[in-house]
Amino acid sequence: MGTQTLSKDPFNIIITGVGGQGNVLASRVLANMLVHRGYDVTIGETFGASQRGGSVMSHIRVSARGAWSPQIPKGKADMVVSLEPVEAIRVMKDYGNEEVRILVNDRPIYPVGVIAGELNYPARDEIEGALKDLSKHVWFIDATEEAIRLGNPILGNVIMIGAACGLGILPVGRAEFAEVMKGSLAADKLEINLTAFDLGAAKLAATA
Amino acid sequence: MSKLIDPREGVRVLLMGNEAIVRGALEAGVNVAAGYPGTPSSEIVQNLADVAGERNLYVEWSVNEKVAMEVAAAASFAKLRSLCAMKQNGVNVASDFLLHLTAAGTRGGMVLVACDDPGALSSVNEGESRHFARMVEVPLLEPGDFQEAKDMTKWAFELSEEIRNLVVLRSVTRMSHASGNVTLGRLSDAQPKAEFKYDGFILDPLEGPVVSAPVPYKHTLQQEKLKRVREIFEGSPFNTYAGPEKPDLLVVTSSACTLYSREAIHVLGVKDRVGLLKLGTTWPLPPELLKRHLASTDRVLIVEEVIPFLEENVKILAAETALEIGAKTFFGKNDGTLPSIGELNPDLVAAAIAKILGIDHVAMPPDYEKKATLMSFAKAPNRELTFCPGCPHRASFWAIHHALLMDNRLGFVCGDIGCYSMAALPCGFSTLKTLHAMGSGAGVASGFGQLHRFGMEQPAMTVCGDSTFFASVMPALVNAIHHRADLTVVVLDNSGTAMTGFQPHPGLKVNAMGGDVPALDIARICAAMGAKVEVRDPFQLEEARGTLIGLLEEKGVKVLIMRQMCALSPEKRAKKKYEVQVDEALCLGETCGCNRLCTRVFRCPGLVWDKERKKARVDEVLCAGCGVCALICPAEAIRKEEVA
Ligand code: SF4
Ligand code: SF4
Repeated sequence: MGTQTLSKDPFNIIITGVGGQGNVLASRVLANMLVHRGYDVTIGETFGASQRGGSVMSHIRVSARGAWSPQIPKGKADMVVSLEPVEAIRVMKDYGNEEVRILVNDRPIYPVGVIAGELNYPARDEIEGALKDLSKHVWFIDATEEAIRLGNPILGNVIMIGAACGLGILPVGRAEFAEVMKGSLAADKLEINLTAFDLGAAKLAATA
Repeated sequence: MSKLIDPREGVRVLLMGNEAIVRGALEAGVNVAAGYPGTPSSEIVQNLADVAGERNLYVEWSVNEKVAMEVAAAASFAKLRSLCAMKQNGVNVASDFLLHLTAAGTRGGMVLVACDDPGALSSVNEGESRHFARMVEVPLLEPGDFQEAKDMTKWAFELSEEIRNLVVLRSVTRMSHASGNVTLGRLSDAQPKAEFKYDGFILDPLEGPVVSAPVPYKHTLQQEKLKRVREIFEGSPFNTYAGPEKPDLLVVTSSACTLYSREAIHVLGVKDRVGLLKLGTTWPLPPELLKRHLASTDRVLIVEEVIPFLEENVKILAAETALEIGAKTFFGKNDGTLPSIGELNPDLVAAAIAKILGIDHVAMPPDYEKKATLMSFAKAPNRELTFCPGCPHRASFWAIHHALLMDNRLGFVCGDIGCYSMAALPCGFSTLKTLHAMGSGAGVASGFGQLHRFGMEQPAMTVCGDSTFFASVMPALVNAIHHRADLTVVVLDNSGTAMTGFQPHPGLKVNAMGGDVPALDIARICAAMGAKVEVRDPFQLEEARGTLIGLLEEKGVKVLIMRQMCALSPEKRAKKKYEVQVDEALCLGETCGCNRLCTRVFRCPGLVWDKERKKARVDEVLCAGCGVCALICPAEAIRKEEVA
């Protein structure tokens, strides 16, 4: 599913979500896949607040030309993988543009302000409308639901990585995913992760 | 096997800045490492501890940063190589020893890794550690990328041995917590024997006693070492220049700002007009190198974070050599070209360069920016920080908050640094009213506890974590007891240094390397000091609150230990104690008395208010199963069932 080379250098990916969603791990996996293919990757992440319900974002810069800033310049994201719906909207303010590919996990995590009734969480079609107004390429994926069906909600992140690869614009795919996961997982866990990856990839391959 | 001890030289791997520092230390053959946890430094000591067995190291989480530096110094005096790592605030804690240490000198290579947090991404201030190097007259290194983080750390040990003094390596959050490719070098196989020689001549740096006297001699010697450092820095490969021979503008920078500056020049497409002098050795500055570059232009922009440290030092040098290099116009923080607070990024640097050069630079089409900004404000509700689902602090502060309300004397809580700092926010029912350094809550409350003689009737309370108790609360407690202060201390004992990722502390039976160690009992320590001590489980809300109300009424120093493991502790994670559900038939919601008490006030993220159904609901993915909300609900609509 992967391309031969980078369609842009540096290619800028944002993985965004909420503390506790496994954002940092997801960005490591994707980054290591790219390192595996020989690319220079710089990841910038803020995880001081990562366990405590704040917005958490990783910036992945992929290049054949060395290290870049761990913060993507304004308006220069090429792909956004959002593990939570409104987080996708939030990153567009600083990094968005009309061509950015946006992949959204469809499962909301409500901010405490929303839980407390002080703030409003927009309805699903409002979120979709907002994102489509900001980019030509938006996909919603029921990753957490699928992951619960597979037996563990955390697999939602793997489904999202699979979906990102399924888009067919990254120079990596299943082989690199398997290679990276092999290094960090027990054999019995590998299979379910591959299933999740394939599931995500298939969702995008069908629509892209 | 950890990639940090991968023996293959020349292999390229993805390393976090902190991991690169660790690899550099291992390639240098570090023997002893010590530190105290603090973001963004914690991974350094943690990663060294993880490979301590394989690499024959001694690694400890010391009780605080000052002791960490002392432990590392001892290794250096015994001719071993040692490293200590801490966040900037920790350097303040260690600074008393730091001054003595650098005046007396070191033996085996010794490196202090100081990690600053520009923008206070995970801090309560934007402290700065670079000026310590100038203050205590030792060299300062700042890596500008991940490869350098490794290579520079390795070299820092050699430099330290060459001048027989401490070397400071300063990192920032965007270096320590960012990742990039690093080519591995050879791991050291040196196996030195530790020996402390002390009976040589008093002035013998390697065999005499380690003291800073006689001061005139030792201080002169220290400054001579710095002169030597200056010469070494003149030829350092960590100082590089990219750009035209005679640039329209010279950018001088260091640290993560190197990456921002490089990107800004790229974004603006001005590499033929702008030169980038990237310095890895920022104190003392190499004068000849700077003179050469300053002479090549008349406009200079200095790019750095927090205080204008580099800017001031470059300006001093420019003033001293003005006749040789000519007059310059300086841009930076002092003249407002760059913001004087917060962290930088490529856009801020690009805007500064564009302004100086008079370039029209639009990072984002204004229409798009306006639309995206509006959308973000209208449709992306703010995420306030909060305690994790199932966090014992939420329960503890619920008990504290209600005890203070029922006590009805406008009592308040003095706090310090940890997850529980968030109790200043609504998630902790805004209970904290002062918030300062580690251990300061107890010290400040000890002071409040004396003010009854001036008519103050409000009871003073303080909270601290278990790790903080050992690090810096004990002296304040001694002070309060000895001086008969009236105060209630709540120790939030969650069995680890939760905020920074569960580093062990003296209250636990395990050390950084996984070894068996004796645990010190906080309750017995407080009792031995002479305090009245109670221990409660904060999840038993009623009991905890009742105990607290009783203690508030008593005179003297009272300690309540709230003992319940952190929700994220490895023992608890993914193991729910209770299955929790809301019985919709019983939930009163908005319609009656409770007015959504659980979601509006208690605010555990595991609880959701279902707008359509007008009922509370438990989110089964987020809920940690602590069962506390079941105790809160006045209608007993939240049902908990013990998981078998
Ligand atoms: S049981 Fe209640 S208070 Fe505890 S984590 Fe779940 S929702 Fe939160
Ligand atoms: S669950 Fe209890 S506290 Fe929450 S809204 Fe219903 S009755 Fe009120």
